[in-house]
Amino acid sequence: MTTLLEILDQPLVLALIRVLIVFTALSLIVAYLVYAERKILAHIQVRLGPMRVGPHGLLQPIADGLKLLLKEDIIPEGADRAVFWLAPAITVLASFTAFSLIPFADNFYVTDVNVGLLFVIAISSLGVLGIILGGWASNSHYPLLGALRSTAQLVSYEVALSFALISAILLAGTLSMNGIVKAQLQQGVWFAFMQPVAFFILFVAAIAETNRNPFDLPEAESELVAGFHTEYSGFRFSLFFLAEYAAMVLVSSIAVTLFLGGWLRPFPNVEWLGFLRFAPVVVFGAAGTWCFLRFFRFPTGREWFWQRLMLFALGAGAAAAALGLLYPPVLVASQGAFWFLAKVFLFLYAFIWFRGTFPRYRFDQLMRLGWHFMIPLAIVNVIFCGVGLVLSWELGWNRSLSLLLASGATLLVAAWLARERS
Amino acid sequence: MTFYEVTFYVLAVVALLSAILVITCRNPVHSAIFLVLTLLSVALIFLQLQAEFMAAVQIIVYIGGIMVLFLFVIMLVNLDVAVRQAPYNRQRWIAGFAALVLLAEFTLFIYQGRDWAKLPPAAAEAVQPNTELIGRALFQNYILPFEVASLLLLVAMVGAVLMAKQR
Repeated sequence: MTTLLEILDQPLVLALIRVLIVFTALSLIVAYLVYAERKILAHIQVRLGPMRVGPHGLLQPIADGLKLLLKEDIIPEGADRAVFWLAPAITVLASFTAFSLIPFADNFYVTDVNVGLLFVIAISSLGVLGIILGGWASNSHYPLLGALRSTAQLVSYEVALSFALISAILLAGTLSMNGIVKAQLQQGVWFAFMQPVAFFILFVAAIAETNRNPFDLPEAESELVAGFHTEYSGFRFSLFFLAEYAAMVLVSSIAVTLFLGGWLRPFPNVEWLGFLRFAPVVVFGAAGTWCFLRFFRFPTGREWFWQRLMLFALGAGAAAAALGLLYPPVLVASQGAFWFLAKVFLFLYAFIWFRGTFPRYRFDQLMRLGWHFMIPLAIVNVIFCGVGLVLSWELGWNRSLSLLLASGATLLVAAWLARERS
Repeated sequence: MTFYEVTFYVLAVVALLSAILVITCRNPVHSAIFLVLTLLSVALIFLQLQAEFMAAVQIIVYIGGIMVLFLFVIMLVNLDVAVRQAPYNRQRWIAGFAALVLLAEFTLFIYQGRDWAKLPPAAAEAVQPNTELIGRALFQNYILPFEVASLLLLVAMVGAVLMAKQR
């Protein structure tokens, strides 16, 4: 036992264990995010979605992953092999490495540097290199066009995204990711309420950055087949796919950390809302109850035996987790991660919801929206946010009031910009 | 050799090798990839020197911005025509001579100044969060030169857009 503690005490070992945990959890989340997307889209379109593999299609991600691994890996004629091989690796590395700076809970992060946010932006901006190189190396028209579109879009919306992040940094006074969350705890308010315009810009830019509908021009099926990864197949395609969904989780994590209080529970400073800490128990209990209910209503034939067994096992697992969470130390330890993931999943649900409900923009509309509306609005927002903060520092105005006034002024500019455009 | 030295030499060798490959590669996209590698290793050397802000900005500006635009332009122009046009290698003897002179100058001056370059070890308080320090320096001590430089860049940018639109 002592030797184990000694091994754990080395700084590198602990970091490695955390990297492993984050990587595994993230891969699992990404795999089931694809499943959730198919399921939610199906329900929006009044279909059932995947139902065959496992109860309610719960094993579908595993089946899909195996299928992709076993498929033939095709490299098109005339492709630049080295670059073709390199491109998906760059994209995956970029989107997974950035997670090392995200604080998942009070005391659970791989590393917390004092320029954390800058590093997250830096590392995630490397991902676009993979997209552009992959499109070029395929030696084919659709991927090249898709890559060009994708790059133009990412580069333009990155500006608006960064400006939206700046106002959160101004409010927090630090670049450290954990420091930003703690600043929100200290000030007793999520920055989304202090800077609603910045939050909106961040949200729209995040959708554009991850190539999601309604901004999924780079892979518009009706025009470009599949965009930059048209010529990719098998394992390499799955790498691009993984990177895309990991990037979705990443931008959601950044937005949650900066604007929605990260790992804080809602209203962290209100004493009488303390019962909210039992939310994980309720969630797992509800999941377990649902599994048991489905188990009893499932058809009982022999061909359903394994699916019923799996449902029962899932229900038992969820119930056990709920019971385990009732033990106070476990409950306290799980708080940060639970609230963080809950907020991230809320974001991801919105992403999927948008895909199910919004029509796609045209490319020139997208660029005009980015350059003529989002970027000027983001710049104006940063200026007014700074003015509001100076008013509260120098003249002693109420901080919330001056920031609210700043947001109001920004909204006026936004209305003027919108009128100019039309 | 300590871990610190090993990482430094690895990064330095990677930076130099990829810098050489940038100018020897025939394919411009490969050159661009090696340039990215060079810039990335320089950023990591910054990080090793505890200049996190410089490292992050190096990656954001040079790799995330400028190199992406380089690649963008390389893909937009017709490369086959560009390759067939005569490159600037007719002057290789003159260029080689100039490079040798430069090398001799550098060697001489570095050799002469070898004693001045010995910096004392940094004090303990010297290594502090340098983002704030850079912010103070840029926006308080040197605000006027900084703003003049930014205005200059803005004028250049607007001018470039204007000229491109007139054509």
